[in-house]
Amino acid sequence: MHPRKLVIASAFASSLIAAGLVSGNAIAAGGSDPLPHNKWSFDGIFGSFDKPQLQRGAQVYLEVCSSCHSLEMVYYRNLMDIGFDKETVKEIASEYEAKDGPDDEGEMFLRQARLSDRFVSPFDNENAARSANGGSFPPDFSVITKARKGGADYIYGLMIGYLEDAPEGFELSDGTHYNKYFPGHQIFMSAPLYDEAVEYEDGTEPTLDQHAKDVSAFLAWAASPELEERKRLGIKVILYLLVLTAMLYALKRRIWSRIYLDEYTNDSYLGEFEQDINDVKNNVKRPN
Amino acid sequence: MKRIQTNNRILMWIDERLPIFSYAEENLASYPTPKNLNYWWNYGSLAGIVLAIMIVTGIFLAMNYQPHADVAFQSVERIVRDVNYGWLLRNLHSNGASMFFIVVYIHMFRGLYFGSYKAPRELLWMVGITIYVLMMATAFMGYVLPWGQMSFWGATVITNLFTAIPVIGEYIVIWVWGGFSVDAPTINRFFVWHYLLPMILFMVVVIHLWALHVNKSSNPLGIEVKSSADMIPFHPFYTIKDMYGLGIFMIVYMYFVFFAPDFFGEPDNYIPANPMVTPPHIVPEWYFLPFYAILRAIPDKLGGVAAMGMAIVILYVLPWLDTSKVRVATYRPIYKQLFWIFVVNIILLGWLGQKPAEGTYLIMSRLSTAYYFIFFLILPLVGKFEKTKQLPVSIFEEVAKKHRAKEDK
Repeated sequence: MHPRKLVIASAFASSLIAAGLVSGNAIAAGGSDPLPHNKWSFDGIFGSFDKPQLQRGAQVYLEVCSSCHSLEMVYYRNLMDIGFDKETVKEIASEYEAKDGPDDEGEMFLRQARLSDRFVSPFDNENAARSANGGSFPPDFSVITKARKGGADYIYGLMIGYLEDAPEGFELSDGTHYNKYFPGHQIFMSAPLYDEAVEYEDGTEPTLDQHAKDVSAFLAWAASPELEERKRLGIKVILYLLVLTAMLYALKRRIWSRIYLDEYTNDSYLGEFEQDINDVKNNVKRPN
Repeated sequence: MKRIQTNNRILMWIDERLPIFSYAEENLASYPTPKNLNYWWNYGSLAGIVLAIMIVTGIFLAMNYQPHADVAFQSVERIVRDVNYGWLLRNLHSNGASMFFIVVYIHMFRGLYFGSYKAPRELLWMVGITIYVLMMATAFMGYVLPWGQMSFWGATVITNLFTAIPVIGEYIVIWVWGGFSVDAPTINRFFVWHYLLPMILFMVVVIHLWALHVNKSSNPLGIEVKSSADMIPFHPFYTIKDMYGLGIFMIVYMYFVFFAPDFFGEPDNYIPANPMVTPPHIVPEWYFLPFYAILRAIPDKLGGVAAMGMAIVILYVLPWLDTSKVRVATYRPIYKQLFWIFVVNIILLGWLGQKPAEGTYLIMSRLSTAYYFIFFLILPLVGKFEKTKQLPVSIFEEVAKKHRAKEDK
């Protein structure tokens, strides 16, 4: 009887959770094709990042995306977490100028970026970004895969979803480009990636598809740098809980069997409990 | 109170002056509990444990969070990225809110099915509804704190409801905002309320337990406890049963914390709040959706707000609306059907809450809203005309009967 009730209880709980799931889908983007589904190395409960891929993605971001899109919440030192050595990261950082100050005369000044600096933004503020981009604002990339439905799949789709010409009958506004996966299809950004957009240092073939995958994976890491630590700890926690809960269930059955063995009452049970304790004290052996 | 007796002189010294051990013995260990509580009775203690987790993780998050419109969003990301195990704290807290509501909703439906609100437990039920209202206020303000797009626009939509109040509505909403729109003063005061309300909530939980321990738990048969043969001590029987239930719950909870931390959230809330850009759909958190559907089902703004308020207020008077002498739905054929339709209806309302309020959805919302209220309003009649089934004689006999049937197999 009990297990069945537990099943009903959990079915009920899961229907409530399903209600949450439905609400998660509520922000389905208006007017875009279903996203392509990629097999990412960081999917699933055992998922982890593919570090060479992240490094390639970092290269794509730094050489292409970073001319318009900031990555404000990531520090240069974080790049060491994806397998770059310290010297390489220092070199990468030194190519950018970070604002510092005020100095002794009270002036702000520019200096080479260091490991402890955040990624230098391409524009000083939103207005500067808009004015340089024909009025549209290239969003910051720090949490972009968490901020878009579909996550890394969305970034990947967006990168490969450009069509040279809009489908017949589709009216494109001035300065926009047709993208299959962008909500509403009209995107200001022109196709940023193409075959051989970046020459990979590890010799991977530089196709558009490869670039799109790599940069999507890199942005997924930038949004959830804790992912590997989280999932690894999660497996331990769940395993621990499974064992603990199994033991608690066994103990529960054993303790409750006393009620069924005899018709214990509140008072008589207490007497029995004292008897138990005395038996243990006096080393009385009883059949189980 | 029965005083404990022990050979430990320190314990006795303390207990004679401040009987905390006697008190714990009476209320946690030998506390008499009906023999036949099923797993639906696990959710009360479970809710208490989730509350404790929320308060503890909340305190540590507050040490690192900045309640200012300019940096709130970044400070949450900083917690996730740079605070040691900050991601864990944040995931425990954000998913804990959803878990809290799941547990409390099941707890409330339990009360509804088994008639736990009936005499002599009316106040216990009403205090419980107060906890629920405090929870909703706390959760709403907590969701504003990360200062993403949904935080901002959710806060704007919900606080704007106050303007529906005639004459003073406008003043109230400015007072709540601390300005003329949701802005820096709003997030600061919401942070204060979000920290204060759980403390009040905790005290109300103590009152809830106090009221519970006067008349003790109801039970799945809904009949009165007649002798000590109907009872067992809380410890070890229900402590172990609650622990086992807690284990199952933690597996579910931790799955979300570690493997799907953003499952209950909206992607839009990872876009920093922007008063100039309205998101395409403004959706409240899932646990508010049924009430959101009721709000939007009424074409008039004041009417919608009033209906939403009534949907909660009516829960307070439920003990007097339900006139049936029989507590449990099992023995009430008509009420039982009405109850299950009510459950399905609530889930339907939740689904409708995140659909656009137009066309068929709007008509469905109105029908669903109507049933929500009809369910409560026809209870006096149901109680009067329903032919209830024969109640069992005693808890003790039912448990024994069940056990014998199991042995015979």
